[in-house]
Amino acid sequence: MTSIAPPALVHGRRLPNAWDLAAILLVLGLLIGVVNVARGTLAPLAVAQAGHIHLDPAYLPGYAIRTTLRMFAALIASLIFTFTVATLAAKSRRAAIIIIPILDILQSVPILGFLSFTVLFFLHLFPGRELGAELAAVFAVFTSQAWNMTFSFYQSLTTEPADLDEACRSFGLSPWQRFWRLDVPFATPGLVWNTMLSMSGGWFFVVASEAITVGNTTFTLPGIGSYVAVALGRRDLPAIVYAVLAMLVVILMYDQLLFRPLVAWSAKFRFETVQTAADSEPWVLKLLRRTFILREAGGWLGDQVARIGRLRLGRAQRTFQSLRTDRQSSRLGDGVFYVLVALGAIYAFWQVAKFCAAHLQWSDLVTCLTLAVFTLARVIVALVVSSAIWLPLGVWVGLRPKATRIVQPVAQFLAAFPANLLFPIAVALIVAYRLAPNIWLTPLMILGTQWYVLFNVVAGASALPGDLKEVAANFGLRGFLRWRRLIIPGILPYLVTGLLTASGNAWNTSIVAEVASWGHTTLVAQGLGAYIAEATNAGNTARIVLGVAVMSAFVLVFNRLVWRPLYAYASRRTTLG
Amino acid sequence: MDQLVATRTLLEVRKCRQAYPKEANNELVVLDDVNVSLREGEIVGLLGRSGSGKSTLLRIIAGLLRPTSGEVLWQGKTVRGPVRGVAMVFQSFALFPWLTVQENVELGLEAQGIARAEREVRAEEAIDLIGLGGYDGAYPKELSGGMRQRVGLARALVTHPDLLLMDEPFSALDVLTAETLRTDLIDLWSDRKLPVKSMLLVTHNIEEAVLMCDRILVFASDPGRVAHEMTVRFAHPRNRLDPAFRQMVDDIYAVMTRRKTPADLRAQAAQPATGFATPLHPIGTNLMSGLMETLAAPPYEGRADLPALAAALQYEVDELLPLGETLQLLKFAELEEGDIRLTEQGHRFVNAETEERKRIFAANLRAQVPLVAAIRQVIDERWNHRASAVRFRDELEDHMSPERAEETLRTAISWGRYAELYSYDEEAQQFSLEDIEED
Repeated sequence: MTSIAPPALVHGRRLPNAWDLAAILLVLGLLIGVVNVARGTLAPLAVAQAGHIHLDPAYLPGYAIRTTLRMFAALIASLIFTFTVATLAAKSRRAAIIIIPILDILQSVPILGFLSFTVLFFLHLFPGRELGAELAAVFAVFTSQAWNMTFSFYQSLTTEPADLDEACRSFGLSPWQRFWRLDVPFATPGLVWNTMLSMSGGWFFVVASEAITVGNTTFTLPGIGSYVAVALGRRDLPAIVYAVLAMLVVILMYDQLLFRPLVAWSAKFRFETVQTAADSEPWVLKLLRRTFILREAGGWLGDQVARIGRLRLGRAQRTFQSLRTDRQSSRLGDGVFYVLVALGAIYAFWQVAKFCAAHLQWSDLVTCLTLAVFTLARVIVALVVSSAIWLPLGVWVGLRPKATRIVQPVAQFLAAFPANLLFPIAVALIVAYRLAPNIWLTPLMILGTQWYVLFNVVAGASALPGDLKEVAANFGLRGFLRWRRLIIPGILPYLVTGLLTASGNAWNTSIVAEVASWGHTTLVAQGLGAYIAEATNAGNTARIVLGVAVMSAFVLVFNRLVWRPLYAYASRRTTLG
Repeated sequence: MDQLVATRTLLEVRKCRQAYPKEANNELVVLDDVNVSLREGEIVGLLGRSGSGKSTLLRIIAGLLRPTSGEVLWQGKTVRGPVRGVAMVFQSFALFPWLTVQENVELGLEAQGIARAEREVRAEEAIDLIGLGGYDGAYPKELSGGMRQRVGLARALVTHPDLLLMDEPFSALDVLTAETLRTDLIDLWSDRKLPVKSMLLVTHNIEEAVLMCDRILVFASDPGRVAHEMTVRFAHPRNRLDPAFRQMVDDIYAVMTRRKTPADLRAQAAQPATGFATPLHPIGTNLMSGLMETLAAPPYEGRADLPALAAALQYEVDELLPLGETLQLLKFAELEEGDIRLTEQGHRFVNAETEERKRIFAANLRAQVPLVAAIRQVIDERWNHRASAVRFRDELEDHMSPERAEETLRTAISWGRYAELYSYDEEAQQFSLEDIEED
């Protein structure tokens, strides 16, 4: 199993610069813009009522299909966004300078906190009954995938091998031909891996975004998420179990029919000149490749797609690549561009300031920061506890190839399963045993994302070089010394990758995990997630914006001050040459 | 080759200069005043050391790079970008790993919008011509290096270019494979089966140039320019063991190791240089001692003919010359007219024990390499005996490309460590005197 570093780790600086500041302002301005549009529509839409959800298990397959379709709609939207925005950023120096920091910041915005606004925003744009809510759900999933995928694609575009670029130019490929012949294939392994991981995370968001309560209106879309929400309100435990089972089937199919075959297929595009021993072929891929009819059909489809890629759209650049040498003209363009970005940032700042002055006080900020520290503590404890459990287990598994072959797919499968479906069961237990919510709601934050820690550690341990293991055995390295000298340094980059993913998701999850209800009983843990969730229920827009902004800031600072330096250190110190 | 005079000029490079701007009025000159012309029916070799700018020139000719000044004329017209009629073969093959052999070969035809049926016919022709028949459906990673370069050749030939540019096409292959490919190509050329009018070959392999080319342009570095032009009049197929062939190889070695001429020195003086400006070759100290020991021992007894030495050690000129020059820089050996001679100090080094060797090396290093001397001086002057590598790197970058600067600094670090002049902390990017015993 290859592990590809998440773009958030590889990219970007640690110290913020003027572009980061502009990006922060623009993103905040955008959020407030959405809020302003959404608020205007709140009153008239209060009439719009929820679609009826049946708790009869016979409806579940239909709901499961609706949920899955939302996932694919989001996937297609994310791909289109990725191809256009990343290409723009890679081909235009000016665009890159602002797009990259904006994506970096968007990556750390907890979109769950903003769900209510996006629902209202889309209802406003499409005043149909369900279309707006559908789009909002799709949008939520989109935001959980698109930034990551765009980063991955951008990174590939900027690291294309120089000789292939020269070959394309010297043979005179048109931009369109080049895109399909070089850009996309070269990016495919990283993009597919990132897309599949994002999509695994996406199940969580699609479930969470199907039933949204804003003020006293609940919007429910037919799907597994709404089914669970309704079952929760009625304290119907069997229904929840049915939903969990249905979801298990959906994820199993997604894992077997899509995730595995796609990742294995993308290995074909790995840029390597030596033939490596292939991982075992997933059965679906085997079926497609070995069955005559399927193979012919697949080949025909591939030909048609390739034909589109061959079209000579756009004109081949039969000129020097002279963007960088034409200093005179680009300086003027730069000037105009900088002024435009600065004006945008200033306008955004003015909007943000106006909004804050009208709705917020300094005491709100203090409250938010205090609560954020509580949530931070919870995130850290959750990470430490899950590392303490999964580090030894993961290493044990990773050092045994047989166990790895069993555990690795299971961990990936579990990571895709939306943990929020299991929350009701946990909440029921907490209520039954009268446990303290401040402590016992914490594990929920890490319930779904701990698997990232496990499967990255397993990948790291199984990638330990055989000769180093033999040296350690030969010199009799045992116990703590073996861990300190061999295992920990060997798996550190993998561990950091896993922890980063887990921590980012834990922050996001806090919004649904710090407030949990079981029928009419509601458990609340002190924290920023609960603050945002309560503000959403109360329809207090200003507080939502503030909470989301503070949470984004915490995630951003955490990424830059902890994960990136740690990852840079780990990958510098633990690779030879 | 009598008809050469009568044939048309395909390409002309006029007064080409390539320079990268540095801070202030300083610039890094890669190519200076290069004039080259190519006629129909000839194979021309650009022979030079790595880093001499010959690949840059090739890219300018291919229209992939714009020269800072001067121009390239293709059939009388100024080149403003990649030209149809010029195809390129890459050192790294530059095959698309996700396309099959046939799809790779068809790439250039697709770009020209040629219909599928014709594409297939022409690709088949090129594939058969170059000896790849039967491999049509294979992916590049299933092929050996030699087969991959055949794909690269077929891909270039299928477009029926007038001029075939080859950028060190055989240097990534093993000796035997490279030889087969060279002979095959020359056979096709002699039989007039290649759909090209002229070929330009960039190489650092002297024998390869003499074996294949009708005309050889010897490139000198810093800044890159044509230092010498030779015509090769042997008929194909050529025999490497022919005394006249050997003599020519020897002559070229002599040209390439010749002391700088007054004109060269003037060219160098044009670039303001402090002691830092000399780039160092990344040569390990083990390699240096190895060569010195070999030279001191029989049969060389302190003096060797470079082509013979290269053959005995299975080194290419591109590997041997930097090594010889480094020994010359450190005053352990001298290069003259294609020979290498161990100096008195070189002999002393060879006869010494490990610790004594380090002392001799340290003394020569401090005396001959200003960069190393400066690093040690700065460390000595500082109260905490530490010096940041960043300032040295910055200073080096004023005089050379960032890659060269990094390579030079790495080399200085490695030599200084061996000589125990200073130690270096990679994490902190700092030189210090930790673990260095003062004597």
